[in-house]
Amino acid sequence: MKEYTNSGNKDTRSGFGAGLTELGKKNENVVALCADLTGSLKMNDFAANHPERFFQVGIAEANMMGIAAGLTIGGKIPFTGTFANFSTGRVYDQIRQSIAYSDKNVKICASHSGLTLGEDGATHQILEDIGLMKMLPGMTVINTCDYNQTKNATLAIADYEGPVYLRFGRPKVANFTPENDDFQIGKGVQLQEGNDVTIVATGHLVWEALEAAKQLHEAGISANVINIHTIKPLDEEIIIKSVQKTGCIVTAEEHNYLGGLGESVARTLAQHLPTPQEFVATQDTFGESGTPEQLLEKYGLNAENIVKMSKQVITRK
Amino acid sequence: MADIQQLKDMVTQVRRDIVRQVHAVNSGHPGGSLGCAEFLVTLYCEFMDHDPSFNMDGKNEDLFFLSNGHISPVIYSVLARNGYFPVEELATFRKLDSRLQGHPTTHEGLPGIRIASGSLGQGMSVAIGAALAKKLNDDDKTIFSLHGDGELQEGQIWESVMYAAANNVDNLICTIDVNGQQIDGSTDQVLDLGNLQAKFEAFGWNVLRIKDGNNVEAIIEGMREAISLSRKRKPICILLHTEMGNGVDFMMGSHKWHGVAPNDEQLEEALAQNPETLGDY
Repeated sequence: MKEYTNSGNKDTRSGFGAGLTELGKKNENVVALCADLTGSLKMNDFAANHPERFFQVGIAEANMMGIAAGLTIGGKIPFTGTFANFSTGRVYDQIRQSIAYSDKNVKICASHSGLTLGEDGATHQILEDIGLMKMLPGMTVINTCDYNQTKNATLAIADYEGPVYLRFGRPKVANFTPENDDFQIGKGVQLQEGNDVTIVATGHLVWEALEAAKQLHEAGISANVINIHTIKPLDEEIIIKSVQKTGCIVTAEEHNYLGGLGESVARTLAQHLPTPQEFVATQDTFGESGTPEQLLEKYGLNAENIVKMSKQVITRK
Repeated sequence: MADIQQLKDMVTQVRRDIVRQVHAVNSGHPGGSLGCAEFLVTLYCEFMDHDPSFNMDGKNEDLFFLSNGHISPVIYSVLARNGYFPVEELATFRKLDSRLQGHPTTHEGLPGIRIASGSLGQGMSVAIGAALAKKLNDDDKTIFSLHGDGELQEGQIWESVMYAAANNVDNLICTIDVNGQQIDGSTDQVLDLGNLQAKFEAFGWNVLRIKDGNNVEAIIEGMREAISLSRKRKPICILLHTEMGNGVDFMMGSHKWHGVAPNDEQLEEALAQNPETLGDY
């Protein structure tokens, strides 16, 4: 069984900040907009190095989305930054009309997604954003798993023409994917070969999936682990190929089980290869205040629950 | 530069285009479209440096953004009459597979349209973004936009108004179509807009007023003044006072014709009041 090394916990939002800093130097069409959360989004370096290409819009997210759409007319590549809740739900109509329907090359970059925003509670946590964004025609939806992947994704989406939603988070999580990896939008990453159960995960739950695979291995169960960093377009081929071998699947994400990765996978399998599936995700509930660790445990977004669901889904084959 | 009579002839033909488009599908918004005919004809024919061969980026061109997208019949007519697409295409307005959607969109690839609009309140933000891109590109052309007065009830407008002033977006000329009407009644009755001049000025804008927004000469004079005020570290707002339904007597002065199509007899009556000048499609 392949071992993955955690090179040290780092926050994914800092991966975004590092990517944006690099883009600032190498792509002069890249511009950045922020709604009063420059520090939270780690956009400080870009703002300091390229003040003429950084737009502080204040606490006015709807205006930010519209300005971003307008900047594309003139060839700019705008990256907007705020919390995931205010990047999606608060400005859904602006994104829908001025960005997605208008085919504008805006990169909507969203930090503090999911429960792990922590103590701020449900008003600031969002567990519906993947669903909201994936329902928009033409929108690419990416949820990266660690610091390195977030940085590589940030660089990759600048070269991709079209609207993108890039989702990442606040807490420090294991950093284990290769530095300077070639991030391919829409391609899942095979992390672990196995025959008994497929585990597909997104975001920092990919690391939990690897931890779960280790525990399953000790129990004599071999898991096939896939990192789905792009939820839309979904790499259907890698998923179907895996379940042809394993016959069952567990999906894991820090999102509501309605509308997230799990639902996209379920639709794919229903159409091509109906397969028993279990969902590691929140169960149609709002979040609450707590430390990230407490919340992940309470809502079952961890390796232990992935192990439990894997054992459960195997009995349904 | 076109002479005044040419502009007026264009306005008359645009009015014919508007009522014919809306009548043909028995849907659409003739009232506000007719009210803005003089303004858009004058803007496109007299003031904007624009290229009908059209590319989306519009570098080194003046750009126009329509924020109140429901008055699509007037912008479609003005674009077609300025060579952006064949005038005959106006016959496809709101029909299946048409590039002339009920509300304008880039999605169908209609030359001249750079942003979708229809859901109100978003166009000023987009216009600001385009104006900022021009500054970054050292492009000294101007961004124009048009907004309904009822549209100012949307909160996003005031986010934009605040931003443009705070950031000296002075290559932007936003025009508000002050016709005092919205779907449910007069703007005074539905949600009183108060003193718009004082509001925009309080936010830090240069504001000017065109009292007769259905008079070509008055529009030319107002636009010259607006352009002379640009590049002075302030965004510019034109309060353009128009009559909804202008040029068709039975449509004038009432919110009833905001979104209602004329029947066959009413169409004939409207066309009789606006004799053909440049040829119907």
